[in-house]
Amino acid sequence: MLRYFLKRLGLALVTVGLIMTITFWAMNAVPGGPFEREKAPEPRVKAVLEARYGLDKPIGQQFVMYVGNVLRGDFGISLKTGREITTTILTGFKTSAKLGAMAIVVAVFFGLIFGMTAALFRNRFPDRLIIFLTTFFVSVPSFVLATLLLLVFSITLGWIPVWSATDRHMLLPVIALALYPMSYITRLTKSNLLDILGQDYIRTARAKGVAGWLIVVKHALRNALIPVITYLGPLTAYILTGSLVVETVFTLGGLGREFITAILQRDYPLIMGTTIFLSVIMIGMTLLSDLIYKIVDPRITFS
Amino acid sequence: MNMQGLHEKKEGVILSVRNLSTSFFTGSGEVKAVNGVSFDLEAGKVLGIVGESGSGKSVTAYSILQILTHPGRIVGGQVLYKGVDLAKFSQRQMREIRGEQISIIFQDPMTSLNPTYTVGNQIGEAIRLHTSRRGSEVRDRIVELLTLVGINEPQKRADQYPHELSGGMRQRIMIAMAIACEPDILIADEPTTALDVTIQAQILELIQKLQDELGLAVIMITHDLGIIADMCDDIIVMYAGSIAERGSADDIFYNPHHEYTKGLLHSIPTMEKTDDMLIPIAGSPVDMLAMPAGCPFAPRCPSAMKVCMTDMPEELEIGDGHFASCWMNVKDMVMAEAGEQHE
Repeated sequence: MLRYFLKRLGLALVTVGLIMTITFWAMNAVPGGPFEREKAPEPRVKAVLEARYGLDKPIGQQFVMYVGNVLRGDFGISLKTGREITTTILTGFKTSAKLGAMAIVVAVFFGLIFGMTAALFRNRFPDRLIIFLTTFFVSVPSFVLATLLLLVFSITLGWIPVWSATDRHMLLPVIALALYPMSYITRLTKSNLLDILGQDYIRTARAKGVAGWLIVVKHALRNALIPVITYLGPLTAYILTGSLVVETVFTLGGLGREFITAILQRDYPLIMGTTIFLSVIMIGMTLLSDLIYKIVDPRITFS
Repeated sequence: MNMQGLHEKKEGVILSVRNLSTSFFTGSGEVKAVNGVSFDLEAGKVLGIVGESGSGKSVTAYSILQILTHPGRIVGGQVLYKGVDLAKFSQRQMREIRGEQISIIFQDPMTSLNPTYTVGNQIGEAIRLHTSRRGSEVRDRIVELLTLVGINEPQKRADQYPHELSGGMRQRIMIAMAIACEPDILIADEPTTALDVTIQAQILELIQKLQDELGLAVIMITHDLGIIADMCDDIIVMYAGSIAERGSADDIFYNPHHEYTKGLLHSIPTMEKTDDMLIPIAGSPVDMLAMPAGCPFAPRCPSAMKVCMTDMPEELEIGDGHFASCWMNVKDMVMAEAGEQHE
């Protein structure tokens, strides 16, 4: 168990290292640079700026320097704002993670409830309604959904302010963010639950005299959760690190927006910083979901 | 409904199935999986139900417990348990019967146990559902049951998961779960089909031992006449949802009166018979969606007559408690009567 965990940890470090290397070289291979504008800057000014940030050195040397700094915990400063990358990322992550955590809770809670309802009312009205709605939410792109939510609840009905100093304005972005994973979890739960409810051990539970709802909650749901957990690992990482669309539509300064802005502005240290941060979270969450497997399904052994 | 009386021990017939019919309403039509089945089970006796796959033996058992799955349901008849008709019970009422009065064990103990709970947990669930035992009393009972079904190191085994046990041990766990609340009736639905031959004998011995010690009435469902020859008091032979022949084990083995029973007996390997002496029953089981008008076995029957194709034979009493549904018996009877008149 511990050996397996250490092995996974080692592999994770290798993966992060690879991602770092590939991103660094790919980023530099693209023509243009952080100081290129529509109006070409004065060559002398550009040379001074590049020298200041070490961009004039050979790329191999730049990479070695960057890795050295990262190993010392220094991710550098933004070429655009001059702020520490660590501060920028953590500030953005605070907003994104808060939003994302709420969205995940909503998605899992309602996803499981709707999925169970659909399975238990198979081919009847509740099932058909749920499947229609979840298909809708899965197929409509998030920028359309986010804009629609804003239009209906903030502009037409005026129930929720477009923006406020309190957390009330978080409601719509949370919904916008949760709809897709909620629908996905609903459909995943439904199909798995139907499969599990046809298993022999469900018949055993019935033959023992276990009540219907207890069969679903105790005997079926636990087994039906396994694929949901597989999905939850990457989903959590994806949602926690922010969604550009939702953060843009609702004007929230999250990590998703930082990431895209960094790429657009060729802010090299910020691109590297956000990429590394994202991959660490992604790998961490996948590892975590593998560990949760073990708790839910005792048949899984680590070796 | 008076549920109180159901908890008292009773002598004589405790389960009387009357004209039971169960159908599955599929997209392609109604499948009459069980079609007018009647039999009696006496307290402390072993009743064997024999038939090939799809003959309706398992569906009969599931109908008794009402654990049929959609789209199957009981369409007629009675399941009289100590005089009360279980077929009229709601699912809620049936929960008091299942596992407490009537228990069942299944064919494949691997898939019949929930892989995500320890076996102790699953046995304990039955105990907590039907008795007032709690906490350490449940644990003690689990260990007691595991010992009773012949499992070594019961303390350790109780905390293991199904996948950590062997097939034979899993079936012992299923049996422990089934007898946890001292039921009156144990239904064993092909309990040895998924097991190795050596383990089969052990499981059958265990069921026999428990039947003896606990005074259980057992319904033994199997497709293999050979394995239940020694343990059954009475035997029912089913074909295509109906009873072909029923009687004491001796009647069935030594005085069969249905062509299908005779066919089954010919196909049992014994010490004396070699492989090429076994006579298989020709043809394949009947299509349950297109049942023939007459005797369902007629298309495969070596002695089929014209009447067999057109009319379903009535159940005829051959001897005391020995019944068969075969036109041959009617023919023999008519011939005998004619012979008597002739003299």
